[in-house]
Amino acid sequence: MTELLRVNNLVTQFKTESGLVKAVDGVSYYIDEQEIIGLVGESGCGKSVSQLSVMQLISAPGDIAGGEIIFEGKNLLDYEANGPRMRAVRGAKIAMIFQEPMTSLNPVLTIGQQLTEMLHLHMKMNDEAARKRAIELMSLVGIPGAENRIDDYPHHFSGGMRQRVMIAMGLSCNPKILIADEPTTALDVTTQAQLLELMKDMVERFRTSLVIVTHNLGVVARYAQRIYIMYAGRIVESGTTKDIFGNPRHPYTIGLLKCIPRLDEEEGTKLVPIEGLPPNLINMPQTCAFLPRCSYRLDKCAREPWPEMTAVNGNHFIRCYADTKEKKK
Amino acid sequence: MTERDSTTITVAFQEAPPRVNEWRRFWRVFLQRRIVIFGLVILFLLVFSAIFANVIAPHDPYIGILADSLQHPNSTYWLGTDIQGRDTLSRLIFGTRTALMVGFVTVGIAGVVGVGLGLIAGYFGGVASMIIMRIMDALMGFPMLILAMLFAAVLGGGIQNVVIALSIATVPGYARVMNGLTLSIRENDYIMAERAMGSSNARIMLSHILPNAIPPMIVLVTLQLGGIIMAEAALSFLGIGIKPPGAAWGAMVSDGYRYLSNNPTLSFAPGIAIMLVVFAFNMVGDGLRDALDPRLRGIL
Repeated sequence: MTELLRVNNLVTQFKTESGLVKAVDGVSYYIDEQEIIGLVGESGCGKSVSQLSVMQLISAPGDIAGGEIIFEGKNLLDYEANGPRMRAVRGAKIAMIFQEPMTSLNPVLTIGQQLTEMLHLHMKMNDEAARKRAIELMSLVGIPGAENRIDDYPHHFSGGMRQRVMIAMGLSCNPKILIADEPTTALDVTTQAQLLELMKDMVERFRTSLVIVTHNLGVVARYAQRIYIMYAGRIVESGTTKDIFGNPRHPYTIGLLKCIPRLDEEEGTKLVPIEGLPPNLINMPQTCAFLPRCSYRLDKCAREPWPEMTAVNGNHFIRCYADTKEKKK
Repeated sequence: MTERDSTTITVAFQEAPPRVNEWRRFWRVFLQRRIVIFGLVILFLLVFSAIFANVIAPHDPYIGILADSLQHPNSTYWLGTDIQGRDTLSRLIFGTRTALMVGFVTVGIAGVVGVGLGLIAGYFGGVASMIIMRIMDALMGFPMLILAMLFAAVLGGGIQNVVIALSIATVPGYARVMNGLTLSIRENDYIMAERAMGSSNARIMLSHILPNAIPPMIVLVTLQLGGIIMAEAALSFLGIGIKPPGAAWGAMVSDGYRYLSNNPTLSFAPGIAIMLVVFAFNMVGDGLRDALDPRLRGIL
């Protein structure tokens, strides 16, 4: 598989009155063609901001301060943020689905108008072709009676149905990458499962790579091939899904996995929460951000700056000094 | 995903309640109050007489018969005549044309300019907002009528200059409201989603923010029409509005008030016309607000 997108040392910061917030602080990752990756982390760890940065959708007071985003051999950060070249990438090459299906559709335009808009814009289709394609897409994402529903307004649709429309919109121009920013967080559990399954089917059919951004490890466990774990604006562990779930090495990942129940556990085993709170991102120290909450900490951790990502084996990387393998059992 | 899942969805959709026709709902709420219907009827009559003024006016509004000057209402001159012997009713009917034209053209110009400026200021913010809104604030510092008087006095009378003066005086109101609407609409997720799909700023502003702002703007426009017609009457009354011999209600009131004691119809008739048109626009505006404001849904 060939590499589609590579993000190197991306830094996105927000200038606030109380100081500089480095929401994304040197994030590097890559996506191969037709790959599904998961980006996992708790609220405010910079996972959404990193994805919005890839689309260059950060607006003031935010600012992409450094790094490069290589997509199809070109650095997207060389493009003017709202210029025609960047707009030609958005939606057509890299599409994004947002968290809140109830508010992600314009309430005064029909579903058809919103679906065909992209087809006009990027695929240069005429009205008739666009409408036909929109009905096709709606059927593909499982909206029954698409011909009759295309002229409905968003408020005629339920949340799950709207998210289906969003998926159809995201895929309407055959993008190379679909970024789903917490696509199922606002939906109930049964709808979540249906939609994840649908997304997986759709990206396979359209040969699209998928980035699932979520705080829910369960969501990515089943669908993602590789997982990146983020904490305080940095990626702390990356590896295949098997690595992350079978052999987690970063203390944060280990902590996260202890928070969710497992089927293979003995009955009566208690879940262990991670003590403390995520750090305030304003004026962060050089040392590891997870240090105050870490149960594996070494003396070195408090002295030395946060280490670089180091390979544990093969494609499995962590950003940690401690040898968690020893202490795990 | 199993077959069972998809059938459940289909069934759920078949059981969905019948769709509400938005237009029918709009008309039902809009026409619910009798006073709104009354306002609509007045407006209809006014528009009708403005369009067909030439046909329905019994006499020439501009050239009077001097021998018939200052007549009381009688069978030939239903509302009497003025000092030059011109028929008051005919002048009233032609005055409708002036009043409505000034009203609609002013609102049209001021609406387009004000909405445009408010949209740009609200969407881009920063320097654009700073420059546009500070100018608007400065203009808003003066009462609308004073500002219109100033411009009308500087530009000189005539229907064209009255429209320009009133437009300048009303633009800030539209810009202010549109600026506020844009600020709140542009924070919606669907605007971010739209940007993520590669839409240009112009496209987002025109096809996504503007349609969301139209209902409140329609209400504002209707409510302001009455005020603008009144302002035009005031300018004409003061002699800096429509130039003689043009028929304008305000000028008629001012011409007539010298004969108030022995021939009150001369002033009262145009005065009542002004009152009715302002009342009608306000009632219709209220009705539109009831019908278009989603927050009032369910109450009405």
